Amino acid sequence: MIHVPRWQIAVAVIAVVFAVVYSAPNFLPSSVSWLPGDPVRLGLDLQGGSHLLLRVDSDVVLEERLESVLDEIRTRYRAAGIGYTDIGVRQLTGGLTLTDPAQGEQAQELAEEADETLEIDVESSGRMTFRLDSAAEKELRISALSQSQEVIRRRIDETGTNEPTIQRQGDDRILVQLPGVDDPERIKRLLGQTAKMNFRMVDETASIPEALAGRVPPGSELLYEDDGSEQGVPIVVRRRVGVSGDNLVGAAPVIDQNNQPVVSLRFDAAGARRFGDLTTENVGRRFAIVLDGRVISAPVIREPIPGGSGQISGNFTFETASDLALLLRAGALPAPLVILEERTVGPSLGRDSIAAGTLAGQVALLLVIIYMVAVYGLFGVAADIALAVNIALLLGILSALGATLTLPGIAGIALTIGMAVDANVLIFERIREETRRGRSPVSAIDTGYRQALRAIIDANVTTLIAALVLFQMGSGPIRGFAVTLAVGVFTTMFCSLIISRLLVLAWLSRTRPQVLKV
Amino acid sequence: MRLRLIPDDTTLQIIPLRRHAMIGSVVAIVASAVLYVAIGLNFGIDFRGGILIEVRIPEVPQVTEVRGAFEGAGLGEVAIQEFGEETDFLVRIERQPGGDEAQQAAVETARSHLAAAFGDVVEYRRVEFVGPTVSQDLLRGGAIAVLLAVVAMLLYIMFRFEMAFAWGAVVALVHDVILTIGVFSITGLEFNVATVAALLLIVGYSMNDTVVVYDRVRENLRKYKKTSLDLVLNRSINETLSRTVNTTVTTIMALGALILLGGPVVQDFSFAMIWGITVGTYSSIFLAAPLLLTFGVRRGAETPGPKAEGERAA
Repeated sequence: MIHVPRWQIAVAVIAVVFAVVYSAPNFLPSSVSWLPGDPVRLGLDLQGGSHLLLRVDSDVVLEERLESVLDEIRTRYRAAGIGYTDIGVRQLTGGLTLTDPAQGEQAQELAEEADETLEIDVESSGRMTFRLDSAAEKELRISALSQSQEVIRRRIDETGTNEPTIQRQGDDRILVQLPGVDDPERIKRLLGQTAKMNFRMVDETASIPEALAGRVPPGSELLYEDDGSEQGVPIVVRRRVGVSGDNLVGAAPVIDQNNQPVVSLRFDAAGARRFGDLTTENVGRRFAIVLDGRVISAPVIREPIPGGSGQISGNFTFETASDLALLLRAGALPAPLVILEERTVGPSLGRDSIAAGTLAGQVALLLVIIYMVAVYGLFGVAADIALAVNIALLLGILSALGATLTLPGIAGIALTIGMAVDANVLIFERIREETRRGRSPVSAIDTGYRQALRAIIDANVTTLIAALVLFQMGSGPIRGFAVTLAVGVFTTMFCSLIISRLLVLAWLSRTRPQVLKV
Repeated sequence: MRLRLIPDDTTLQIIPLRRHAMIGSVVAIVASAVLYVAIGLNFGIDFRGGILIEVRIPEVPQVTEVRGAFEGAGLGEVAIQEFGEETDFLVRIERQPGGDEAQQAAVETARSHLAAAFGDVVEYRRVEFVGPTVSQDLLRGGAIAVLLAVVAMLLYIMFRFEMAFAWGAVVALVHDVILTIGVFSITGLEFNVATVAALLLIVGYSMNDTVVVYDRVRENLRKYKKTSLDLVLNRSINETLSRTVNTTVTTIMALGALILLGGPVVQDFSFAMIWGITVGTYSSIFLAAPLLLTFGVRRGAETPGPKAEGERAA
């Protein structure tokens, strides 16, 4: 008789109990809550939701940094009496031309002092170029990425989305997954603004027609003020920032005394002081509230505002006021975001997919069960029981791992059903062969399981390789598929080699057949 | 009574057919290559970029009415297709000129045109857009994945068997992948990330089949040291034929259920798999094994593996 080690029986029993307990929540109504496990988590394509892949345009951050470095260099050169022309930042490189090329060495030294992370190149013609060195560049990009991630999280949390996933991907990407969101338009709108806000004085000495003709006074710039139209009203605003949005600690939409929606603001201590000073010094003048390079409104300061709170009125509806308040509370993004990819699935399609996938899986299971009994008789029954345990175990493991089941994942389960019996087919065919060669039932079965083992392992390793490659290349749904497939390989090996074998051996020791009919 | 698709002790003469099989396969490969060059693959938005919107419009409009909604939208080529139910339509909008931002703007344009034509009742079941950056990444990633899978299989077979087996298996694999690409060219079925996943699975499955035959070849080479290689190969194929057919039948049953009942989203994937598995089964029987004759197996030099112990124990 074939000896079966006790531990194999123990492992098989434990596995079956685990499979039943942990897969059960997938079949039972959610009211049955005393079971330890949860149903397997569904991917966005099944439960509905939105997947957004964003790119952080961190070039903007690098350019801002270079601009501020150039400002510093300007100050130093002015002090040292170095003349230059044609200063500016283009394609992540700052540049200027020295009026006197002989001053090159001194100019380089001063620039190095201004920022030690600069790579400076001076040509004999007097043309100087500045780049940030790669370490500094990388640091800026990474910090832009992690700041963006944080701001995105705060903005999305404010909208009350359940369990959003916000992950960094690679050097400049952020993956946002929003389960249950079937209309991501509002969130996309919220993410589409950097929401950099500041308060600056309006340059009332400048003439608008002159500015429109391209002659803007130095230290000021031409912006447009929102009036509900696409273009807005031109207005000249000083570049110097009076109070920055970074100093905000609170923002909320409120209805003012004129029954108009406005956004009320609260500053931190430093912001409150600056705002107080600004409004005290400039009573009777206009200041501009600038958001992402556009003037929301430019009211006249009627009296000093010392308390650290203020109000922005503008062309708001209550909804736009709420969104602006949300953006201000969550803080500004360091750089603009570009949506590279969107995949949104509505709840109805998700439900249909689950229904169709489940039905297909059940029919596949039924067909395979019937076929196995038709071909292998009682042995087929053993394989079918092993298959049932296999599917339960697969679902149980996926649930326990917290893996995500996607639509391709359901296809993967259906496919596993078809391929799972392969190991048993290999074994049973081998037993048939050995029986035909005249071996006794016990010997044929023992040899069958032994001889088929190597082919089974080789065959399953190839599937596992395919699953690993899939996991590597895949995103979202494909990854879910790869995980399902890989877990399926292990459960399949276990069920065909242990469960079905124990069943066959149990039958063998009870009936002790003289002739084997496989 | 038991169902026997393959009778016991079959002695089909497969090896003598190898020239026909190889000619057939070479013709099929050339045909696939020509089709690929002449027609090309119908890349989905994953690889080409663009927009895909699945809408449900309860008032059951005609395809032409849905198409009319996009007139004057300036979105370039817009393809409308009924999808599953008669209320459901798939709207494919070509990749918009310009960068990633342009795709996003086009989604909004498309939504507003649908809203103008059919009102608020339009239900968006699926909205996907893929910008040029991601589509290029995905295409490159997909190609690398298929290559990587083939190389990984080659290495695994080299490790488990000897060189001739590895080459035989890889030729069979590449054959299956090329024929699948050929069939996607001629049918015009959408080639997307899911199709690449199917290709990888076909690689895995085809390998699986080949390995089972090879495993038996290796065993028989040891058992029948004096028999000529072609007879050993023929015997090995016949001995594993019943298994090969039964596994293919159960797998195709599962895939058949998916194609008929799994809903439109997994249909193309299931079709690719059924085709690939059929081709893969053919190639492991008619290509992978006979190719061992071409690549030349060393006789008598096999390392005694776990099999030798198995036999002693039995």
